[in-house]
Amino acid sequence: MSEDSKDLVKQVDSRYSEHEYETGLRVIHEDAVKDPGLEPHRVRMTDKSVKHEKNAVRQVTLLFVISMLGSAFALYSYFAFPIVIGDMNSVRMNTLFLGLGITLGLFGIGVGAVHWAKTLMPDNEVTEERHLTRGSDEKRAAAIEIINLANQESGFSRRKLIRRTLYGALALFPLPGLIIFGDLGPNVNDKLRHTAWKPGTRLARDPNGRPIKASDVTVGSVYHVVPEGLMPGDHGYLEEKAKAAVLLVRVDPSELIETEERASWSYQGIVAYSKICTHVGCPVALYEQHTHHLLCPCHQSTFDLVDGCKVVFGPATRALPQLPITVDAEGYLIAQSDFNEPVGPSFWDRSVK
Amino acid sequence: MSNTSTTPKKNGFLAGTANYVDERVGVGGILKEFGRKIFPDHWSFMLGEVALYSFLVLLLSGTFLTFFFDPSMAETIYEGSYAPLKGAHMSVAYSSSLDISFEVRGGLLMRQVHHWSALLFVAAAGLHMLRVFFTGAFRKPRELNWVVGFVLFVLGMAAGFTGYSLPDDLLSGNGLRIIDGMMKGVPFVGTSISAGLFGGEFPGTAIVGRLYSLHIMLVPALILVFLALHLFMLVIHKHTHYSGPGKKDTNVVGYPLMPVYVAKAGGFFFIVFGAIMLIATFFTINPIWNYGGYDPSPVSAGTQPDWYIGWLDGALRLAPTGIEFMIGDYTVSTNILLPLVVSLVFLAIVAVYPFIENWVTGDKREHHVLDRPRNAPTRTAIGAAGVTFYAVLWAGASTDLIATNFKMSLNQVLVSMQIALIVLPFVAFFVTKRICLALQRKDREIAIHGRESGRIVRLPHGEYIEVHEPLEPHDLYKLVDFKDYKPTLARPNAQGKITFSSRIRASLSKFYFEDRIAPATQTEIDEAAHHNHEIEAEVKKAIEASK
Repeated sequence: MSEDSKDLVKQVDSRYSEHEYETGLRVIHEDAVKDPGLEPHRVRMTDKSVKHEKNAVRQVTLLFVISMLGSAFALYSYFAFPIVIGDMNSVRMNTLFLGLGITLGLFGIGVGAVHWAKTLMPDNEVTEERHLTRGSDEKRAAAIEIINLANQESGFSRRKLIRRTLYGALALFPLPGLIIFGDLGPNVNDKLRHTAWKPGTRLARDPNGRPIKASDVTVGSVYHVVPEGLMPGDHGYLEEKAKAAVLLVRVDPSELIETEERASWSYQGIVAYSKICTHVGCPVALYEQHTHHLLCPCHQSTFDLVDGCKVVFGPATRALPQLPITVDAEGYLIAQSDFNEPVGPSFWDRSVK
Repeated sequence: MSNTSTTPKKNGFLAGTANYVDERVGVGGILKEFGRKIFPDHWSFMLGEVALYSFLVLLLSGTFLTFFFDPSMAETIYEGSYAPLKGAHMSVAYSSSLDISFEVRGGLLMRQVHHWSALLFVAAAGLHMLRVFFTGAFRKPRELNWVVGFVLFVLGMAAGFTGYSLPDDLLSGNGLRIIDGMMKGVPFVGTSISAGLFGGEFPGTAIVGRLYSLHIMLVPALILVFLALHLFMLVIHKHTHYSGPGKKDTNVVGYPLMPVYVAKAGGFFFIVFGAIMLIATFFTINPIWNYGGYDPSPVSAGTQPDWYIGWLDGALRLAPTGIEFMIGDYTVSTNILLPLVVSLVFLAIVAVYPFIENWVTGDKREHHVLDRPRNAPTRTAIGAAGVTFYAVLWAGASTDLIATNFKMSLNQVLVSMQIALIVLPFVAFFVTKRICLALQRKDREIAIHGRESGRIVRLPHGEYIEVHEPLEPHDLYKLVDFKDYKPTLARPNAQGKITFSSRIRASLSKFYFEDRIAPATQTEIDEAAHHNHEIEAEVKKAIEASK
């Protein structure tokens, strides 16, 4: 209760004689309009005319019969419209007729029951008194008495040592229950810093796994790339792919804005960037050719491919990590090394060496 | 049976059964207590029922699905009946979801029933919350039940999300990837939380099994517990009713549980179930076969989460560019933390709102008569601002679709949304409050001067007036029956000090009730009626004179 409420005039409605509650900022108007009581009951047609009543009975009956027919039809459909393996139309028919039958079965009961209640059951509103939620003063006194007695008999307040050690025990006992969840997952911190790319790993197309020749990559084309040898069915395939996925694009070398350090990371205008968004890790899968922008379809972070994949728009902050590439003796694109920084979403200690 | 169910005979089957059960369970006392319990009737009271019934449908359809679903992430090669995916590598979870859809009779139907009812459950719960908010049903003694309901809403979202991810398809997999990215953004413990959930690196082979445990056991069990609490308190408090003649804080007006309410509510369960079944029969939801199994590299453009997660996804999208920063070697992912904090603060405000309003009004009495939203203008305006904030976040999850469908620049759509997120709630607050006050003034005007009769009279001196007719008492009472509060000043306490909290309370009370419109009183109405009579007399006199 706030301090100033004592100063407020206590205005208690006479209805609340059971217990006087504070009314706070409430304004009680002495000359408020008097409650005229419940509105007069309106008689329904079904109350007035036997014909209407009989009609309503028929309607309810009909609805329940429709329900029975619907359920029966659903049973029939289960057998009459079986699923033929490989035939998608049979799946459609099964779903359709089974669903329709059950729908009728349900609607018939539902609409019937409500119609019955609205037309044939009495529609007089009934008034019931409420009582305050709090117990009466006697009940509360009795409850306090019980608590005091329990306290006395157990010595809960009196025996401080027992009470405090009990608190200690109760505070500690859940901890083993929490710690046993420690093995939910191993620490992955180091794994987040490395991907399947190694010096000399060929760049292969996703999903067929064929290595890519630099000469096959035309200006403007986009390749979805994985490390060669990473194939579906391999152990840890998805985990590795979730970090190693790369987008390969060839642009006109004159358009590339490259730092001195990174000048050797591209090959004749072919650049490879991590496909995993630095925001929350969706694949940055959309490439707009004329702007050279990469767009993440999940949250629209936009990266400028020719300018080191820096963020030009959207919630991401860091540029997409670049995979340094070159070609091997046979002309296939290969990685010079792994990425030089962790790929994907930020994490707390990603920059800690 | 039919004759016994209408009038139980002394020794009939029904009487015998009733006697048997009563002697063993004491059901007579329960029925005496609750059988004629009164439930007020209003369409808006059915929103909570819709949520409850959708939950029952979820339990039924979900149980069916568990019999066929295999929550394993072991890799398999698809050999099922869906030709386009034949020979594809996928998880057992995804393959069994396809089998449910294509090889089990009624399987696709049940999958769709389950998904549609989940969407409906959260929607109905949300609307029910809005109804409770805008009518002030959260006031004493129902504050705790509001919190329980709030927990249910959050649990509903949790149940939805854990279930959404189970089929291990491309769409839900990308959803999980976003969750993984968000968790990693949490300082200190983010990586460990992610590794703990996924059992190591993302995606790992554990997540579907773990989400399955949460989805079919822990979350529904919690929902059931809180639902029981929710309904228990409903029975304790008895349902609220709308203001109007005969409706008081000390009574409850409505229909008895047996038979009317049982028939209506029971029938309504079948109607809700039927509606879900109808939708599931005709409308595909979550066609997982189109997406393919989860693969971290592809993603479809225009991806959308289920609607109730939209506002969180929108929050992620609307975060400004480039706000991640470093403290020494450590990365602070503000672009993730900010949306996270904003969403949590928003939820926290929703959860504690009843206590704030109660503290401001200081009205400690029980409130069982609902407010018409207009009669609590500031509360209604706060609600409208909250809804607007949520709606902008929610629309934010569709920036790309809005841009492509309306051929607008994505960047401009997003920047407009960022501005809208800050500005529109204030606009909504202001507009709503003005509308409420205007409606209150109109009510007051009608209450005092009566309704317009459409009869225009020219008085002898040339003045034109429209004759107003007094309202019927029941209609009048509907316009004047609401609770009126006035602002307070910061007052010194017993020690003569004006405390900080009393200053806050004073300014909040000003914010709430400064421009209140008081209900018309009988004195005002009588005065106006007197004035009306004078005009009537003048009119009569004029008519007489003209004859």
